Amino acid sequence: MIQFLSYLVNGISLGSVYAIIALGYSMVYGIAKMLNFAHGDVIMIGAFICFSATQYLGVPALVGVLLSVAVCTVLGITIERLAYKPLRSATSLAVLITAIGMSWLLQNIALLIWGANPKSFKSVIDLGTLVLFGGQLRITSETIVTVLANIIIMIALTQFTSKTKMGKAMRAVSEDRGAAELMGINVNATISMTFAIGSGLAAIAGVLLCSAYPVLMPTTGAMPGIKAFTAAVFGGIGSIPGALVGGILLGVIEILGKAYVSTELGDALVFAVLIVVLLVKPTGLLGKKIHEKV
Amino acid sequence: MKTRKSKSFSGNFITYAMVIVAFLLCELALSGVIPGFKMSRSLKGQLVPICVYIVMAVSLNLTVGISGELSLGHAGFMSVGAFSGILVSQWLLSAFPETNLELVRLLAALATGGVVAAIAGVLIGIPVLRLRGDYLAIVTLAFGEIIRNLLNCVYFSFEGANLNFSFLDPNLPGNIVINGPMGAIGVKKLASFEAGFILVLFTLVVVLNLINSRSGRAIMAIRDNRIAAESVGINVTKYRMLAFVISAALAGMAGALYGLNYSTVQAAKFKFDTSILVLVFVVLGGIGNIRGSIIAATVLTILPEMLREFGNYRMLIYAIVLIVVMLVTNNPMLKSTLDSLKGKIFKKSVKEGDKA
Amino acid sequence: MTQKYKREPVKMVPAPSHGILPERDVLSRPVLETRNLGIDFGGLHAVEDFNLVIGKTEIAGLIGPNGAGKTTVFNLLTKVYQPTMGTILINGRDTAGMNTVQANKLGIARTFQNIRLFGNMSVEDNVRIGLHNQIGYSTVSGIFRLPSFWKGEREQHERALDLLSIFDMQDLADHQAGSLPYGAQRRLEIVRALATNPSLLLLDEPAAGMNPHETEELMENIAKIRDKFKIAVLLIEHDMNLVMGICEGICVLNYGRVIAKGTPEEIQNNPIVIEAYLGKRKEG
Repeated sequence: MIQFLSYLVNGISLGSVYAIIALGYSMVYGIAKMLNFAHGDVIMIGAFICFSATQYLGVPALVGVLLSVAVCTVLGITIERLAYKPLRSATSLAVLITAIGMSWLLQNIALLIWGANPKSFKSVIDLGTLVLFGGQLRITSETIVTVLANIIIMIALTQFTSKTKMGKAMRAVSEDRGAAELMGINVNATISMTFAIGSGLAAIAGVLLCSAYPVLMPTTGAMPGIKAFTAAVFGGIGSIPGALVGGILLGVIEILGKAYVSTELGDALVFAVLIVVLLVKPTGLLGKKIHEKV
Repeated sequence: MKTRKSKSFSGNFITYAMVIVAFLLCELALSGVIPGFKMSRSLKGQLVPICVYIVMAVSLNLTVGISGELSLGHAGFMSVGAFSGILVSQWLLSAFPETNLELVRLLAALATGGVVAAIAGVLIGIPVLRLRGDYLAIVTLAFGEIIRNLLNCVYFSFEGANLNFSFLDPNLPGNIVINGPMGAIGVKKLASFEAGFILVLFTLVVVLNLINSRSGRAIMAIRDNRIAAESVGINVTKYRMLAFVISAALAGMAGALYGLNYSTVQAAKFKFDTSILVLVFVVLGGIGNIRGSIIAATVLTILPEMLREFGNYRMLIYAIVLIVVMLVTNNPMLKSTLDSLKGKIFKKSVKEGDKA
Repeated sequence: MTQKYKREPVKMVPAPSHGILPERDVLSRPVLETRNLGIDFGGLHAVEDFNLVIGKTEIAGLIGPNGAGKTTVFNLLTKVYQPTMGTILINGRDTAGMNTVQANKLGIARTFQNIRLFGNMSVEDNVRIGLHNQIGYSTVSGIFRLPSFWKGEREQHERALDLLSIFDMQDLADHQAGSLPYGAQRRLEIVRALATNPSLLLLDEPAAGMNPHETEELMENIAKIRDKFKIAVLLIEHDMNLVMGICEGICVLNYGRVIAKGTPEEIQNNPIVIEAYLGKRKEG
């Protein structure tokens, strides 16, 4: 039972990271209607920036995190301006392939700068471990911080999209880009803002992910990226609570599957659950139904 | 604008001719008859993979271009074909060790790879084709990953003609052939450039003839306007499935050939990246453009080799080339600039052509 | 307005009560019969209590103000939407639980208000797709070019050109469907629907976007099609010249309900219809 609780906690922790990444995917998809495959690699860049800052420059961990958020935000806006903005009117497949190219580009830039050898990421969180049930259940500070960060981000983002002018603009653009433009909303600025937020969150997710699983190399972001995207679809793409629910469920399923079914089949289980959910509810757990007009 | 019937026929003719001429040129270079016209070692090693990727790209184009479903799990079918093909070929070798049945083994492997992948296509197609658009894409991706994960847990061994199988348990009696995450080991290589060429031709016959037939028109009708296609009595599920399964079967055959080109093959070879790579071939070659897929698959398989001198920068260049090509061909402004540039270059020849 | 085309001789037989033209041809089974047909969209009754009988070779009109539910009726008849109540009989067969494809095979074909052609394909291919279930051969013989492929392709080609000749479009066979002028696209949609060999043809605003001359031609052609293929036609149209000119019976829909049925003369003089279109006349 305690063992199960321990797995569950790990699952929620991993799931929180997925949820933060999934937010980036989900927001970009909702507003720009594109699958930003490079998002996973922004995570990796974020982790590397933080790693380099703390390791080589010797700055405090918090400064490292802030630096990595700043760099990734700029990176996200740059990617959008250079590669995606010129393709606003292109087919979604063309944008998808460009995003894949961007993903390869980021991985190879990282390869040139940091090399192919895995780096051991030193956790930025060092607050000791919470020990419960007389040492049977140990919750690391990384876990606590990750979950807390997730909750704070979710609340902040929900408030942002429902209360602020920019947030409302984002919702309007995601509902109907053309109508939003006619209402005087600056669509390009809104999309840039979305990428900025998504990429900034990706940096945080990268640091949190590597604090818990400290192996860092140029392909580190790829698999969590795909899983987080799955989580976004799972929860209903375009929906903030959907990303939260999808991410956490996915993390829990993955950890429990690896623990109780088989280590090899943990990922397969995650994807199998995704398929089942989409078949039962084709727009994800919290997604909206779409009708085609005849 | 006219779409002449003869245009599609002559178009297909050019495609076949291009493939055959390329094959003959390669054979000529391989034989070394003409001095100075030789093929480098690394390019020789690429011949079979080029054929494999052409088949992969053409078959994926059937799903993405002709049927209009974005599939991100094509490598899954390839891996199923590779492993089942290797299994059959190695089993024949184990069961009939004295006889020399290379051609039979190769054909059996290709056929098995195709059939098993087709079955996988049906099983996956039933749930997948209920979905549309990006959701279909993500589910094909998921299936590709599931297949890879499952193959990592599969163990096969032979004792003569006997076949032993286990899931997750590596302890098997006899001569182990497929060893979980280590993949297929000790594979007797059977693939050749000629076999690859024949497979490419076969694929072209199947796909091009399908497109120019009643079923192909039904598939394209569904892609262009599903509701209109239903209104004239076209069974949408049946034809989406048909395209999906044929595409899977061809990918399975390509996988079988690929598997028999190496002495060891791991499931990790057929990762999501491979699916994406093939999709890149299809998109760069032109969605729905079969000849484009062939050219793109060939060029982009050779390109990393040609960029070898750039060392670590080669994949970086590859990525930049991909992004730039996508921007130039899809951005309205850049595209018109490109077209006017083309016009300036070709203007002269067009004028001369008019006079003649 | 006067009736332009001659009506078929009227048989004096007791009639089912829901027919627009009750006296027409009731000895044979009606092509279409709906009973209490209705559909709800989340509580909104888009169509309610829709009863209609269309006899063989009848040309009927379905009219009504915008948003009255006319296209919804078409979508119900072709099974794009599943009705939440009532039944639809096509050639006497209940279509409950059927899909669009099965409805088409039973003999119902349609055109669309917003043209839905296969725009990237040739005109001929569009018609050939309509012939899909009429002239068939297997996928395998298509891939391996077996004799049945050549025979089927030849038959499809001949039949497609034959059908296109109704609208004098056989010379356009090689053109790209999407590049045709608007009127020609509407005509091609009709040809494609006819290719499925229907017994009832549903036309959703066939004259939309046509000039008066084209509309005139269309009217002649609809009558010609009826006579040549011996099929019934139900059309939605806002062009009253066309509706009053060729329809033998008219059904008027408002807010999802039938408010009047009858001959063109009856409909033109029906105060309820006038009110629905023009609003209530002010007293005094």
